[in-house]
Amino acid sequence: MSGQATRGAPWWLALAIALTAAAGLCLLMPEPGSFDDGTVPWAWRLALLAVLGLAGWSVQRVAALDGRRWHGTATAALFGLWVLYVWQVGVTLFDVPRVLLPAPSWIAGMLVDRWDTLAADFVQTVGKSVLIGWALGSGLGFAVGVAIDRAPFLQRGLLPLASLTSTVPLVAVAPIMVMWFGFEWPSKAAVVVLMTFFPMLISTLAGLQAAGKLELELMHSYAAGYGRTLRDLRLPMAMPFIFSALKVNATLALIGAIVAEFFGSPTVGLGFRISTEAARMNVGLVWAAIVVAAVTGSLAYALLVQLERKVAFWHPSVRSR
Amino acid sequence: MTRRTAPTLREQALPVAVVLAAVLLLWYGGAVGLNAQGAIERVLTPRGTAYGWQELVATTWAMERPVLPAPHQVLADLRESLFDFPLDSPRNLLYHAAVTAQSTLLGFVLGTLLGVVLAAAIVHSRTLDRALLPWIVASQTVPVLAIAPIVLVILGSLGFSGLAPKAAIAMYLCFFPVTVAMVQGLRAPQRIETELMHTYAASRLQAFWLLRLPSALPYLFPSLRVAIAAGVVGAMVAELPTGAQAGLGARLLTGSYYGNTVGIWSALVMSALLGLALTGAVAALERLVLARRNQA
Repeated sequence: MSGQATRGAPWWLALAIALTAAAGLCLLMPEPGSFDDGTVPWAWRLALLAVLGLAGWSVQRVAALDGRRWHGTATAALFGLWVLYVWQVGVTLFDVPRVLLPAPSWIAGMLVDRWDTLAADFVQTVGKSVLIGWALGSGLGFAVGVAIDRAPFLQRGLLPLASLTSTVPLVAVAPIMVMWFGFEWPSKAAVVVLMTFFPMLISTLAGLQAAGKLELELMHSYAAGYGRTLRDLRLPMAMPFIFSALKVNATLALIGAIVAEFFGSPTVGLGFRISTEAARMNVGLVWAAIVVAAVTGSLAYALLVQLERKVAFWHPSVRSR
Repeated sequence: MTRRTAPTLREQALPVAVVLAAVLLLWYGGAVGLNAQGAIERVLTPRGTAYGWQELVATTWAMERPVLPAPHQVLADLRESLFDFPLDSPRNLLYHAAVTAQSTLLGFVLGTLLGVVLAAAIVHSRTLDRALLPWIVASQTVPVLAIAPIVLVILGSLGFSGLAPKAAIAMYLCFFPVTVAMVQGLRAPQRIETELMHTYAASRLQAFWLLRLPSALPYLFPSLRVAIAAGVVGAMVAELPTGAQAGLGARLLTGSYYGNTVGIWSALVMSALLGLALTGAVAALERLVLARRNQA
């Protein structure tokens, strides 16, 4: 496989991009439904096939590149662009019903047209439920983890139960939380707290055990007390564990808040928007809300990765990246 | 920290029992605290006679629509719904659990197949590895369940309803962990082992069957446990926007519509049991397969 790797000469990359642009201009010309009997002429079909071939070829060539760090990212980006492009062209050419698969351009248009609705949804779901629930749940999990670190009895009792919760669909507590805390964001935040607490607890406890015997004995020989050892050795050693829980929790928190809104919510919020607009077949807005949620999740993840690099820059798992 | 070996069952049993007892105690206490106001307003005051604290506690543990039902109320409701109705009655929770389990299992099987095939393709193709894998990993940061309603709409307008859409969502949640773990597992063999296969003139297929797949099994099974737990959540959530008549998710939704608190709690307990049972089944399968492999 490594034999395919080529050196330099990205002239064909420019060619591929130029061809893409040209083909794109041509293919985007017909209006949706402009072929009156609904059949697509052979010329268009052949052109689409050619574009597909071009896409496959260019992605393959970029993937065969070796050496630079950005080559991997470029491959993924090119592939993503091609998917969007073929999606757009295919939907337009074959006049796919919007309910089935709306064109990317339409989704983008929806994002622009209804940005005030979506911004309000974002503030409601992410700004209130997710952020507060995530911070509270993760913070509580961390605090309890540190607190019971010195009590092996409690740990042995709590850990099996905490790991059992990963097999329990915790999202299902949403209707109870709605009953207790009402329709507004506190009930969603409560679901999120419950979902994020246990992963953080398990990770914190595992992380606190991560310090090696040698280091612990070194701290002991320095006459460092429990608090000093915790602060200077064990908490820093636990950071990669804590960050992996924070990253998992970021996704869990979004899922929890969105699903909890399916069970009753004020007339605002990403989950509310997705479920009501899907029921009204207003698919464009649903996809726009999904895009907002996806971008939020990815951004949160990327932010946490950056933060981890700042905090745990010395750790092998971070340095190897 | 001095000892990292797994504690024995006996060392484990007592702490777990103590923690469980504490949870039960908190639950009963919470039921008193949370239900007291309702009990006084709806039951004790209208009766007109004076009441002592014992009566108050007893009332809070036997409310018809409590804020927090007491554990024995949930248990009684569970037992009633499990044993007092025939298995195919919609009032039997096992029936709903079976409906949810059906879509979970179908989705799980399809998702695992898809995940394994994708992983095999990714391991053998540099192009797919670079173009597809980053998107699969990135999609894990996306709240996948947000897509559930739209999948239901799409499949519904294509004429699929009933089991298929729910299984599709469970499948969607199942295949990510399987793909990621399988890619890691299929790449686990050491270079020297792959080179040995090469010197035997083994074809790619033979290398896959004899070397890569067996070495991937220890990676596969933990991801299967994650996948089936995710599949249960997916199947339950998929029952919400479809207006499904049966299934644990539908049961939760009807419970929250009619304010049937005890019903919600017993559906919740049932879904927890279902999750545990399915994960346990996968774990048992894992032990069976890996034990046979270690003997050979």
